[in-house]
Amino acid sequence: MSRAAEAEPAEPREHYLNAQYGVRSWLLTQDHKRIAILYLIGVTVFFAIGGVFAALIRMELLTPPGDLFQSETYNRLFTTHGVMMIFFFMIPAIPSVLGNFLIPLMIGAKDLAFPRINLLSWYLYIAGGLLALWAVIHGGVDTGWTFYTPYSTVYSNGYVVVTAVGIFIAGFSSILTGLNFLVTIHTMRAPGMTWMRLPLFVWAHYATAIIQLLGTPVIAITVLLVGAERVFHLGIFDPRQGGDPVLFQHLFWFYSHPAVYIMILPAMGVISELVTGMARKPIFGYKFIAGSSIAIAVLSFLVWGHHMFVSGQSVYAGLVFSILSFLVAIPSAIKVFNWTATLYKGSVSYQTPMLYALGFIGLFTIGGLTGLFLASVGLDIHVHDTYFIIAHFHYIMVGGTIMGYLGGLHYWWPKISGKLYPEAWARVSAWVIFLGFNLTFFPQFILGYLGMPRRYHAYPPEFQVLNVMSTAGASILGIGYMIPLVYFFWSMRYGKPAPANPWGATGLEWQTPSPPPTENFPVTPVVTREAYDYQTKEEPALG
Amino acid sequence: MADAHTAAPHGARSHLRHHFASLDAQKEAASLGMWAFLVTEVLFFGGMFAAYIVYRALFTRAFEGASNLLDLKLGAFNTAVLILSSLTMAMAVWAASQGRKNLIILFLILTIVLGSVFLGVKVIEYKQKFEHHEVPGPHFVVPEGLPRQAEIFFSLYFCMTGLHALHMVIGVGLLTWLILRARRGDFTVAYNSPVELTGLYWHFVDIIWIFLFPLLYLLGRHTL
Repeated sequence: MSRAAEAEPAEPREHYLNAQYGVRSWLLTQDHKRIAILYLIGVTVFFAIGGVFAALIRMELLTPPGDLFQSETYNRLFTTHGVMMIFFFMIPAIPSVLGNFLIPLMIGAKDLAFPRINLLSWYLYIAGGLLALWAVIHGGVDTGWTFYTPYSTVYSNGYVVVTAVGIFIAGFSSILTGLNFLVTIHTMRAPGMTWMRLPLFVWAHYATAIIQLLGTPVIAITVLLVGAERVFHLGIFDPRQGGDPVLFQHLFWFYSHPAVYIMILPAMGVISELVTGMARKPIFGYKFIAGSSIAIAVLSFLVWGHHMFVSGQSVYAGLVFSILSFLVAIPSAIKVFNWTATLYKGSVSYQTPMLYALGFIGLFTIGGLTGLFLASVGLDIHVHDTYFIIAHFHYIMVGGTIMGYLGGLHYWWPKISGKLYPEAWARVSAWVIFLGFNLTFFPQFILGYLGMPRRYHAYPPEFQVLNVMSTAGASILGIGYMIPLVYFFWSMRYGKPAPANPWGATGLEWQTPSPPPTENFPVTPVVTREAYDYQTKEEPALG
Repeated sequence: MADAHTAAPHGARSHLRHHFASLDAQKEAASLGMWAFLVTEVLFFGGMFAAYIVYRALFTRAFEGASNLLDLKLGAFNTAVLILSSLTMAMAVWAASQGRKNLIILFLILTIVLGSVFLGVKVIEYKQKFEHHEVPGPHFVVPEGLPRQAEIFFSLYFCMTGLHALHMVIGVGLLTWLILRARRGDFTVAYNSPVELTGLYWHFVDIIWIFLFPLLYLLGRHTL
């Protein structure tokens, strides 16, 4: 951040943060940037709640016998951890915070297409979250975040309906966010901002929006049917009346597998920005990265059956789903190869966002490759419902999505807050998170392969060493997450003022002051260059 | 002809929200937004259609038998009512494009009346099912001569028609809001997209019924 010195203490300029004051001006705002801040507060709170439950799980698993919690309580702990993290943190995190803030800025628009709907979707998100929290406080749910029938419809004595309604409402929030992004990207691009000049972050969110629009309604109707079955005793998933529990699994995973890509695609978009910005080089294979986002969105709807290899699905369906699941690896690998090719011969700066980007690439690769193990029917039957699965999807979701989210938050924090964060502390925390993460989840691959099943509060003594390692890693990871929380708050008050473009990056969001004015740009920008055009900026092309 | 509202240019300008370059761009965005929303609705109902297809294939005899227990006359009458309401809705959209305030209000009221007739008939049908113990749950009595899975048919019947009716209720609410706005003289030749988009929604809800009616009432019916 050598350019920080350039920032003169200018006279107070009006920007989106100081344009209005007071609680009302925030809770009734229609400014996409302020709504992004509201979301930032929301997802941070739910992340903290989910994190506390993760800590309780890891404490129980420190010792082999189930000595800290009863098995019933433990069921409620991991369910709450999953519900909070997936529906109220992972799915909204990057789109609703970074996407909300950046998409209009990146395409040169004054706001999202539907600002009031944007605010509505925040309120829906909070309402859904509060309902789910109400259920937790009153005793929680014990079904696992997957709500498999008939346990969830007939036998569970937890607050299934309240939680389901919370998820239903949060789902609407997700649909409305996706709809807003889709329409905004289609209709609000600045003059000259053609589709092939869109930042890859925007392409990733476009693909995400497609999944949100096509997938979320299916989970909505599914949880509604589960609720109806519990309350009115309908029999759609009840075998006693001829219903089929496997139909529930089909409907559930038709959304919930694509939902994994709602969580990872935006993070991939962030990484595309970080890699070019920090390597100061045009992205390698722009069209392939953009196209791979769309390909992932399409393929994501064709692979749900790989969650059901042992659920009584036909062998032939299993084979087809296995092959289709392998296909998803192609667009994912295209991204990884193109990111690394972008770094090749770039002038790479190893500042905090780059540390997160490299962390993402490494951890996502491990998570993705173990995903291929799981897509192979034979191997999946061996490790199904073991800690191998837990380790795999935490490598994707924590190692992928949260790394991308934190990297993006650091990269755009100067733009969001107008202040620079302390670089040294940020690097320390990035390393702590990376090391803590691996110590937490790598032993779980081994545990799973050796046969430790998921969702049990007790385990045989021979698994203790690896579990102690995992719990120790989780403690380190927890500390790693708290450091940024402290210094981001600190920087809002004491940080150095940020210049408009602290990274010397391309992209419209860096051409407006930090923090941006309420209308984003003093005059609507006209785009004349390709995305990530670092060459013409620095020197004439070498030919 | 009490044609286009006189304050059209000014009225139109005030409907332009600050972040759009022009009224056309705003209309395009709103229209795309509504179409995208309707796509989500297709997927929403799609979950239940998928369940219907699976169970119909598994339990054909139960579904055909249970289908015979629905009141075909009331169903057919309702289908006609709904198609007629689509016509009046289309007329309201046309009137809005001409900026003819009184006609807009007239056609919107007609649409609400037809929609309410549909919902009223639906209440009568539900009441009959309730009296015959054909509502799934603890009080369900398997109809004579039918397999047990008839209950699944009625579960799907109530979920599908119930959610459809809920969409109708929301539609009636939207139409009422449009009437209030039309009375204020909001809709002109230049600005009428709320009427147009509500029209899209209303037609969509009708189309859902056009699929529900044959699936639930007609398929496999042997006696009239």
